[in-house]
Amino acid sequence: MVNELVQGILLGCYYALIACGLSFTFGVLRIINLAHGSIAVLGAFVVWTIAEQWNISPFLALVAVAPFMAAAGWVLQRTVLERSLRSGALTPLLSTFGLAIVIDNLLFSKFGADTRSMAPNIGDLAFASWNLPGGVTIGQLALLTAIVAVALLGGLQLFLARTPLGRAIRATAEDPDTAELVGIDSRKVYAAATAISMVTVAIAGTFLALRATFDPYAGSAQLIFAFEAIVIGGTGSLWGTLIGGIVLGVAQNLGSQISPQGFLIGGHLVFFAVLAARFFIAGRSPGSLVRSLRRTSP
Amino acid sequence: MTQAQPIVVQRWNVLSIAAVTSLVALLVALAFGPTYLGPNLTDRITTLFIYVILAAMWNALAGYAGLVSVGQQAFFGLGAYAAIRLSNAGINVYLALALAPLIVGAASFPLSALALRLRGGEFAIGMWVFAELAHLSVNLDGLVQGETGTSLIALSAFAPDVRRACNYWIALALMTALVGLVFVLLRSRTGAAIQAIRDNEEAAASVGVRVFATKRLIFVLAAAGCAAAGSLTLSTLISFQPKTYFSVQWTAYMIFMTLVGGLGTFEGPIIGAVIFFVIETIFGASGVWYLVGLGASALLFSLFLPRGIWGTLTDRFGIHLMPVGYRLRFGSGEPR
Amino acid sequence: MSLLAVEQLDARHGQLQAVRDVSFAIEEGEILALIGANGAGKTTLLRAVAGAHRISGGRILFDGRDVSSARANRRVGLGITLVPEGRRLFAGMTVEENLLVGAASERRGRWNVDTVLDAFSMLRPLMKRRAGDLSGGQQQATAIGRSLMSNPRVLLVDELSLGLSPVAVEQVYESLQAVIASGATIVLVEQDLGRALRVATRVACMLEGRIVLEGRATEVTRESVTEAYFGLKRPSRQGGTP
Repeated sequence: MVNELVQGILLGCYYALIACGLSFTFGVLRIINLAHGSIAVLGAFVVWTIAEQWNISPFLALVAVAPFMAAAGWVLQRTVLERSLRSGALTPLLSTFGLAIVIDNLLFSKFGADTRSMAPNIGDLAFASWNLPGGVTIGQLALLTAIVAVALLGGLQLFLARTPLGRAIRATAEDPDTAELVGIDSRKVYAAATAISMVTVAIAGTFLALRATFDPYAGSAQLIFAFEAIVIGGTGSLWGTLIGGIVLGVAQNLGSQISPQGFLIGGHLVFFAVLAARFFIAGRSPGSLVRSLRRTSP
Repeated sequence: MTQAQPIVVQRWNVLSIAAVTSLVALLVALAFGPTYLGPNLTDRITTLFIYVILAAMWNALAGYAGLVSVGQQAFFGLGAYAAIRLSNAGINVYLALALAPLIVGAASFPLSALALRLRGGEFAIGMWVFAELAHLSVNLDGLVQGETGTSLIALSAFAPDVRRACNYWIALALMTALVGLVFVLLRSRTGAAIQAIRDNEEAAASVGVRVFATKRLIFVLAAAGCAAAGSLTLSTLISFQPKTYFSVQWTAYMIFMTLVGGLGTFEGPIIGAVIFFVIETIFGASGVWYLVGLGASALLFSLFLPRGIWGTLTDRFGIHLMPVGYRLRFGSGEPR
Repeated sequence: MSLLAVEQLDARHGQLQAVRDVSFAIEEGEILALIGANGAGKTTLLRAVAGAHRISGGRILFDGRDVSSARANRRVGLGITLVPEGRRLFAGMTVEENLLVGAASERRGRWNVDTVLDAFSMLRPLMKRRAGDLSGGQQQATAIGRSLMSNPRVLLVDELSLGLSPVAVEQVYESLQAVIASGATIVLVEQDLGRALRVATRVACMLEGRIVLEGRATEVTRESVTEAYFGLKRPSRQGGTP
């Protein structure tokens, strides 16, 4: 039981990692990028290809890929998201959904239906673990994932709080018109935020590929997990995302104790329970969820 | 108050009268379809009717109530599942197929209390999560046997020709009824409320439009409509595999048809369904590139032609085939 | 050459023409008070100059250069900064962060966090507070300070005293004196006629989107301004003068 809890927490840290970029874009641009999961899987495929082709460590491949993902984020913002944002609240959903279909199927046409994993590329790290008293096992890779998740969320939080670009991002998220009036180029800020978000997505995609298998259509599940983590965490700070991810991971692990299908069902049920609790018990007005998520004060 | 030119509120014009007349003629012609279409074409046209239903329902939800859902496959799948369950309980198979959408519609009523509190993207993915949950829950049913699935065995009691014709007529009738319902809804007081909500939700609420009740009405209609499409699909395929029915691809089709035809127009989704039907017939076999094309079209239409083909045409030329709106015209005469 | 010249400017709010054929110029070191009743077009004019409102005709010259099509953030970089109506602080950020964000354009000059705090000493103990938690007067001081951080060559100030208590107005204007003493060039929208005449070197009065009266603050009479303000031929007795 204690072990299940620990495994749930470690799994939850992965969810926080995949949710990080979605939460960040949602907070700054106020849109939910429905292509988020597909882009993570795209990142996984790119890192995998480079690691295989050059026979290098996936972590090294990730470092090589990160700048390109940042550039892709910049392009995504300037070509798709910026235009979508101008034409109303629904358009970003439609355009990013279309983009997700394109990415998924392009990946399928290039890589086929085979499931892949990068676990073989990192040797012992993939399965090595420490046995603690009380039957608790901590996998080295799972712990590394957790450390990266906490470091990334903490780093982003620090970045938002302490750096000029971070302040500009927060100012633009709060009031883009006024941000322009104090000399901030909101278009550049949005593009930078999307670029940062894409780098976190590449990191998350890499860890997805390291800790499990992935295939061209794995994106939608990742999107759903990320979204559930954000909504469950709900408090608005990036740390809320971490808590949400952990709750999701624990719920899934406890669910899997009940039945094999309970893994996913447990997570979805917690998601709906949290939503219902937020709306009916706390009696918060509709829409407050978005507002609370947008507040990224340090 | 004096007015040199009286303003006439107009609903019908020559074009819309002609359009409605030819539509009725088309429906009559379609009603005799199975007698002259041949088995293959009858099946294909049945599929087209199902697409029209799906597109019209998704358009009602997104184009009129402003609710973009990526989870309508939930109702599609539940409609088929409910029919399986009812038939298994000993109810006449065609009655089961007819009751299923009503049950799913009723079940969507309590769900709406939660779902409609979500905004924009939250609603979109929230519905997707619901669809996943519905899928997993159906898999737990011993009758369905997980992803193995089951069949609507009771249907095999009917001869294939009879079945084919029945499916065709039921699909035609349901399509006419559901699209007609949207038409009536748009012309009623609710139609005005819907347009007010679409233009500005807060302003609509402030002048007394019952925003939540109106959205709920459309949400339930769309749920029941998608369930009807699911139950119809089951009646043509007979086999029920949860993965097929609860696939997000159904919603992708709905979005494609609505976006290409014209989001928020009455005629658009019907045109979109026909376009999708033609594209599927020609390119459906090319698999993955066909899907890439669908996704790319949705992306490009949402960015560059957000009113779709039909919406762009009406904006440019002022054509309105179906009398769903009101037009103001300068001139004399009584309001028609 | 004038520092800022507005030529035959038109601006609309949808169907409504809010600014019609407005021309004025301002020299380095001048303080121009724009006065006029509610809805006269003052705020729209100021926002158009700042780049926050699209113009439908005319042009805006800054330092001899046409900036009519430059975006707002570009104009801040050139030296035109607006203190917007209603302050519009970043409520979730601290006072210090609001000031630092104001320096986003990276224009160097005499204004930095230290000199702003010298001018607005009341902000010194508030630096770590959330801007949204401050009083109206404190917020207004922060808003002016935030705009000064971009070292503007022309500072546009909209409705400084709107929604503030008389004491707060007094405080804010006292601080503004320090800014004026530094030789700043300011265009000030102000409802309070008496105060406008005391602070400004020049006055322009708007009525229904046009400038109907313009002159040196020392030369225009209160009667003529009141007349222009209300669009009347005879001076009104009710209000306008405090």
